[in-house]
Amino acid sequence: MIDVTAQYFAVFREQAGRNLETLTTSAATAEELYAEVSAKHGFADSVARCKVAINDELAAWTAPLAEGDVVLFFPPVAGG
Amino acid sequence: MSFEITDQRIDPEALKADLRHETAGACVSFEGWVRDHNDGEPVTALEYEAHASVANKEGLQILTEAVERFDLLAASGRHRVGRLEIGECAVWVGVSAAHRGAAFDACRYIIDQLKQRVPIWKKEYYRDGLSGWINCVTGTPFKARDTTS
Repeated sequence: MIDVTAQYFAVFREQAGRNLETLTTSAATAEELYAEVSAKHGFADSVARCKVAINDELAAWTAPLAEGDVVLFFPPVAGG
Repeated sequence: MSFEITDQRIDPEALKADLRHETAGACVSFEGWVRDHNDGEPVTALEYEAHASVANKEGLQILTEAVERFDLLAASGRHRVGRLEIGECAVWVGVSAAHRGAAFDACRYIIDQLKQRVPIWKKEYYRDGLSGWINCVTGTPFKARDTTS
C-alpha cells in the first residue's frame, strides 16, 4: 500500500465535494486509482475521455504510482 | 511564441502586434466568443476553469508543434478563465507565416488541438437557472455534449 494525494478539478471537484484527499491505496497505476475514486465519488466519465497528470506533468493512464505522488484527475476538457 | 491562461480581458489587436515579422506575408487569427445558446439551450454566461501550469505547458507544446509543422514565423495563444458574459472573447489564437496556406492550416491546427488537449473546463449557465459542465457525463442532468465554437 502507498499513500498518494488525489486532486480533483471542475465537475470532479464538485462531485467529490473536495479539492483533494489523501488516499492509502493498492492501485499500481493512475487508471487503477481512477477506478477507486470514481467508484467512491460517482465519477461517470471513462478514462478514454479524461486526462491524468502526476506531480503536475500530464501522464499516461498506465503510468505507475509511487509513494507521495500527487495525482490530478482532469474531467473531459472543453476549452474554446 | 507564447501561450497563457489569463483572467484578464483578451485584446486581439495588441496580441497581433507580437506576430509581426518582416518576412511574414500572412497573418491568421481566430477568436472564440461566448454565444448565447448551446444545443438549443439559452446560455446566459460561461465559467472557465483551468489547471494553469499544465495548460500553459501543453498550450506551448501545441504552438511548438505548429511552428515546426507549418514553418510559422510566430504563434501565440490566450485562453480566459473565470466568468464570462455573452460576446466576450474566450480564446484567441494567432499565427504569422510567409504565405496564407500555412497560416490558415496552422491556426486551425492550434485551435483544434487546444480544444482536445489543454486542461480547460467550461461550465454553462442557462436561463432556467440550471448549469452544466460541457462534455462531462459526471454530475450533470444533461447527456454528454460535444461543442464546437
